[in-house]
Amino acid sequence: MAASDAPNGDVLIRNAFGSVLAFLILLLIGVLAFSIRLFSVIKYESVIHEFDPYFNYRVTQFLTKNGIYDFWNWFDDRTWYPLGRVIGGTVYPGLTLTAGTLYWFLHSLNIPLSVETVCVFTAPIFSAFASWATYLLTKEIKGVGAGLTAAALLAMVPSYISRSVAGSYDNEAVAIFALIFTFYLYIKTLNTGSLFYATLNSLSYFYMVCSWGGYTFIINLIPMHVLLCIVTGRYSSRLYIAYAPLVILGTLLAALVPVVGFNAVMTSEHFASFLVFIIIHVVALVYYIKGILSPKMFKVALALVVSIGLAVCCAMVAVIIALVASSPTKGWSGRSLSLLDPTYASKYIPIIASVSEHQPPTWPSYFMDINVLAFLIPAGIIACFSPLSDASLFAVLYIVLSVYFSGVMVRLMLVLAPAACILSGIALSQAFDVFTRSIKFQLPSLSDHSHIDARDASSENVVLDDTIKTDKNEDTPKERMTKRSKKKEKEPVEKPPTKFQIKKRLSVLPFEASIIAVILLVLLVAFYVVHCVWAAAEAYSAPSIVLTSHSNDGLHVFDDFREAYAWLSHNTDVDDKVASWWDYGYQTTAMANRTVIVDNNTWNNTHIATVGTAMSSPEKAAWEIFHSLDVKYVLVVFGGLVGYPSDDINKFLWMVRIGGGVFPHIKEPDYLRDGQYRIDSMATPTMLNCLMYKLSYYRFVETDGKAFDRVRRTEIGKKYFKLTHFEEVFTTHHWMVRIYKLKPPKNRIRGKNKKSKSKTSSTTTSKRKGTRRNPF
Amino acid sequence: MLRFALTLLLFTLAFGVLSSSPVFSDLILAKVDRRIDLTSQIVRITTSLKVENAGSNPISEILLSFPENQAKHLAYLTATLNEGKGKGKASSGAGLPTEVVIPKDVPDSLTFYSVSLHKGLGKGESLLLDVLAVFTHALEPFPEKISQADIQLLLFQDTAHFLSPYKVMVQSVAVKLPEARVESYTKLEGTKLSGSELKYSPFHNIPPFSYLPIIIHFENNQPFAVAEELVREIEISHWGNVQVTEHYNLFHGGAKNKGEFSRLDYQARPYVRGASAFRRLVARLPPRAHSVYYRDEIGNISTSSLWGDSKKVDVLQLSYFCSTELEIEPRYPLFGGWRTAFTIGYGLPLRDFLFESDGKRFLNFSFGSPINELVIDTLIVKVVLPEGSKDISASVPFPVKQWQETKFSHLDLVGRPVVVLEKNNVVPEHNEHFQVYYKFNSLSMLREPLMLIFGFFFLFVACIVYMHADLSISKSSASYLAKVQWEEVQATVQQIHNIISHCLTAHDKLEASLRDLSRTGDVQACKATRKSVDSLLKGVSKDLKPLVTFLQSSPQAAHILPKVEELIAKERDLQERLMAKHTTVVDCYEKKLGGREIENRIASNQQKITSLRQEVDDLMEFIDEI
Repeated sequence: MAASDAPNGDVLIRNAFGSVLAFLILLLIGVLAFSIRLFSVIKYESVIHEFDPYFNYRVTQFLTKNGIYDFWNWFDDRTWYPLGRVIGGTVYPGLTLTAGTLYWFLHSLNIPLSVETVCVFTAPIFSAFASWATYLLTKEIKGVGAGLTAAALLAMVPSYISRSVAGSYDNEAVAIFALIFTFYLYIKTLNTGSLFYATLNSLSYFYMVCSWGGYTFIINLIPMHVLLCIVTGRYSSRLYIAYAPLVILGTLLAALVPVVGFNAVMTSEHFASFLVFIIIHVVALVYYIKGILSPKMFKVALALVVSIGLAVCCAMVAVIIALVASSPTKGWSGRSLSLLDPTYASKYIPIIASVSEHQPPTWPSYFMDINVLAFLIPAGIIACFSPLSDASLFAVLYIVLSVYFSGVMVRLMLVLAPAACILSGIALSQAFDVFTRSIKFQLPSLSDHSHIDARDASSENVVLDDTIKTDKNEDTPKERMTKRSKKKEKEPVEKPPTKFQIKKRLSVLPFEASIIAVILLVLLVAFYVVHCVWAAAEAYSAPSIVLTSHSNDGLHVFDDFREAYAWLSHNTDVDDKVASWWDYGYQTTAMANRTVIVDNNTWNNTHIATVGTAMSSPEKAAWEIFHSLDVKYVLVVFGGLVGYPSDDINKFLWMVRIGGGVFPHIKEPDYLRDGQYRIDSMATPTMLNCLMYKLSYYRFVETDGKAFDRVRRTEIGKKYFKLTHFEEVFTTHHWMVRIYKLKPPKNRIRGKNKKSKSKTSSTTTSKRKGTRRNPF
Repeated sequence: MLRFALTLLLFTLAFGVLSSSPVFSDLILAKVDRRIDLTSQIVRITTSLKVENAGSNPISEILLSFPENQAKHLAYLTATLNEGKGKGKASSGAGLPTEVVIPKDVPDSLTFYSVSLHKGLGKGESLLLDVLAVFTHALEPFPEKISQADIQLLLFQDTAHFLSPYKVMVQSVAVKLPEARVESYTKLEGTKLSGSELKYSPFHNIPPFSYLPIIIHFENNQPFAVAEELVREIEISHWGNVQVTEHYNLFHGGAKNKGEFSRLDYQARPYVRGASAFRRLVARLPPRAHSVYYRDEIGNISTSSLWGDSKKVDVLQLSYFCSTELEIEPRYPLFGGWRTAFTIGYGLPLRDFLFESDGKRFLNFSFGSPINELVIDTLIVKVVLPEGSKDISASVPFPVKQWQETKFSHLDLVGRPVVVLEKNNVVPEHNEHFQVYYKFNSLSMLREPLMLIFGFFFLFVACIVYMHADLSISKSSASYLAKVQWEEVQATVQQIHNIISHCLTAHDKLEASLRDLSRTGDVQACKATRKSVDSLLKGVSKDLKPLVTFLQSSPQAAHILPKVEELIAKERDLQERLMAKHTTVVDCYEKKLGGREIENRIASNQQKITSLRQEVDDLMEFIDEI
């Protein structure tokens, strides 16, 4: 009796030990994911980063101050002056609501963290969640070992780190978690056929829709997978349960989000899901009929249905095509279109093309962002095919699609990262599985153990495998692992074998080869870890509003942006309007609390073009445009003194292009000399007289006598000039931000004279102007 | 200039009215020395009075009067009795109590403060009185708006004669100016300007309420840092820390900047093109201040330096010598009229500031701001006491507005009591210590850690309960029962699986013993193994029986039962054959037969054993997968 009890308990203990170990590893992975993202806080400070996060931060502030209902109805008059923006209806609220909930929760426990702190740490917290979700997803696809490996890889994949360091308070931070979790629930439903998970899946999809525009990826990927399953003859009731509730509930829930609304049923991005929804029903019907009819009857019925069905389908497709074709963008939004046709944006929408994250990535950026995973993906794909299940088919489809999308836009590298981690996790786990099993199997024969031990050891494989994985993931010293595994080898000598080696003996590799391979794999992963830590510490932690440079006499901090924003916020009237290029709109509203003309939410092309036109016009014309917009201050970013490359002069050509796209009197060739953009003495007079040039270089020559621009590495073309319609009111310490004030209108009588004169002299020009003048 | 003239007119009128009013009392000011310090934005007027009682009645209070335009700027007034006969500054420590009084028969435009003497001044007696009056915003920038390159010029108005209800015998005025440059000043006879000091020569026999306006127009480029509002929050933690957080709302109170600001000019010649601006302030923090931070609402302000004088800390804790100096630089230089806001925070060791007396604890802390020469328009000091403090009272050396609030901080249940003190027009002279008394039970300190411990404890208990409790909605439903049964069947099958695998191990042992036999020829050892295996297997077969009967009775197990039975049968067969083989081999060895002979004898058996073993293994795997 004791003999029969002992092994049972032993297995239980081993299982319990395994799950406790797995739990601990997951906990450590969570800690790793959180802490690797704190470099920015430690190296810089706990501050919101970049541009969009400032907007999200501002919205969160509003939410926590005024409550959820005011948030939905928020009309923001601080931006897009004089149009304003309905924030509640045009923003993806997921991130804001998440941080707001976190804030309320903490405050209900009387933990007085500021909104800023909560916002800064939202992204790291959610990346820990994301790595746990990756574990769950990969576990559903290929088991616990692969799950743990994938989770550890995702916890530190540089691509994801770049969007989720502490302070990077952007939609992607929570959206990636939502994306992976939705996929997990889909696969879970597919594996279990449980309606409970199907419902959870639609809720998770709802959260994803709330968080990020990238939800269209889900609503296209899952139908494609369903279609693939049907085509390859893998239809089952589980597939139906996984898909049908998601489409119905998911679409209904998605339509609840104001920014999506009726788009959930009206735009082409969602058509695939409905089409597949119809197909899956047809297939289900066919399977059902097949079940109740005799084979002969079925053939007859099939012929009948197919002929009628085809006719109906053709009619439907024709109607849909007609509908789609009648809309100007064919029902697709600009960003989605540029996904399908990578050259679309650069051809038609300069605003989308002008954003660097919408450009196609270069090869080095793949290496930078996913590093060794790029080489492991193919192995993972192969591992998915042996054996191929519905879940592993999904993984393969996911990687293939995301590789394509990431090739179109750098930004979508973020979607590739989880897929790469999952497949690499599978590949690594399988490889370790094979190698360690080979080692284990051959180890006893070498060390002259009895035959029984060999079997025993092979049964130990699973556990050992895990220890190796944790070892390389957590980067603990290798000795500990070997010690531990040795200890384990000795222990089970007396224990009865639970499994037999017959089946697994198939894939045994030579002992030496396996040892070398394991060492190489560990080295590879170690390299990955080193790269990730470097990327997190050096490449992706800069908050971009504070710049630092190392020189001989130590660290130098460039805090000019905040200097300028603080000045604006304290020393200008609260209702003054500040004009700047749209990049700085969000920051100006959030940090300086001043009304801006355009901001990073580029919803109104004409408005942006107006500012672009003003910036590329001569002083007087620019003054008139700005004055008509009620602008009081103009803010330009200038890096020429300290060598800050992403300043307004470098962005200027986009202003010209976008401005010229709406107001044709701005022509790009006027600003280029022989197709070259230059600001030195060879520059065109239009360039040297435009407002942007003047505001950037006003009195620049007096700094060093030569006016040498450190970014363009040249002396500027026009050195001495005066401003007649603008006056300098503030320039920051390193000249990176310069703020000018519009001078009040000139003496009225003189102005009247001038106007009447110009009226009489150039009626023709004013007529022509009428068409291209801005509406204000 | 027009306003200026008007004030002059007003005062001459007042003077006219006053001169006709009756003599106030019998006191005579035998000698008055006024020193006006105009070196910073804060005007300090030190007056030393020699008071003589010319009347017959003893007098216990002395009146000081200020014209209206000065009275509204008066921030601080103290009168001390100077008992030292010599030149030494032996003023008698504590100041004499002063209060506002409104005597009869005096014009409204004067504000009177009465200084009460400890003991009356008898007939013919005299005493020396030092009066320090501090004024804020008393310097008027003129011109009011200057450009970046201009220097800041200020106007100061006062009276050359000491305005007093008493007759003054001899009086002199000395004005100390910051720099040599003086634009203009009222010239009276005997006025001397030497260096940065302006002297109005002694006046003799001045009647009461005489007013002789003087105006000085001079250059002053001192930082005119004015805190519109300063909120100091002093939070006491009995774990050993006092956390001070100071929110400043600062502006440059001097002549306003005309608009244009050129960084180029400012950088090239900061002391010429930006003389009136200031770029840094120095705060003298209490000794052993730690974790100092300096930030505003949009993040750290990276321009600040801290000098800790840790070496100088001595036992006496003379705070002046061992303070920590914090140099703070706002994000941008402040020109006239520019504003900024920032927050300074630092921690201090509790034992330096918290003391105990009569069962009560009290906090002893300085009232004003640690920043040098800062004028504060509204100062709010909040002392956050630990949760559970009782009997709270505050004592401040000067009148302040006082009330209590409640603040909720980390894990509070009822909130922390906050003592709020508010005072307008605060100058560095107000940096005196104030005390907040309260009662606090040290055990309350443990409340929050205990709350946390119990919180997590209950969380884990809840988790354990959840893991062990069966939360199915209907326990009688068919599917639930089926699930339970299926679990039981699984467990049984698992047990059978384990038992069989035990048997197989035993078989392996037998085989191994046979191999050993062939190697060593030790028949006895082989037999012993056989015996132990035999007893083991017997016990096993006993164990198997109830399990199989359970499986037979269970409807759920119907589809696995045949397989299980087949497995058991096959295993038994295997067992028998193995035994037979074993017996044969051992027999053969005992008979000392050759190896080939043995092989021949067991050959048929051996084949079956291998095939059976294969089948059993397959079945085992099948069952294992269930």
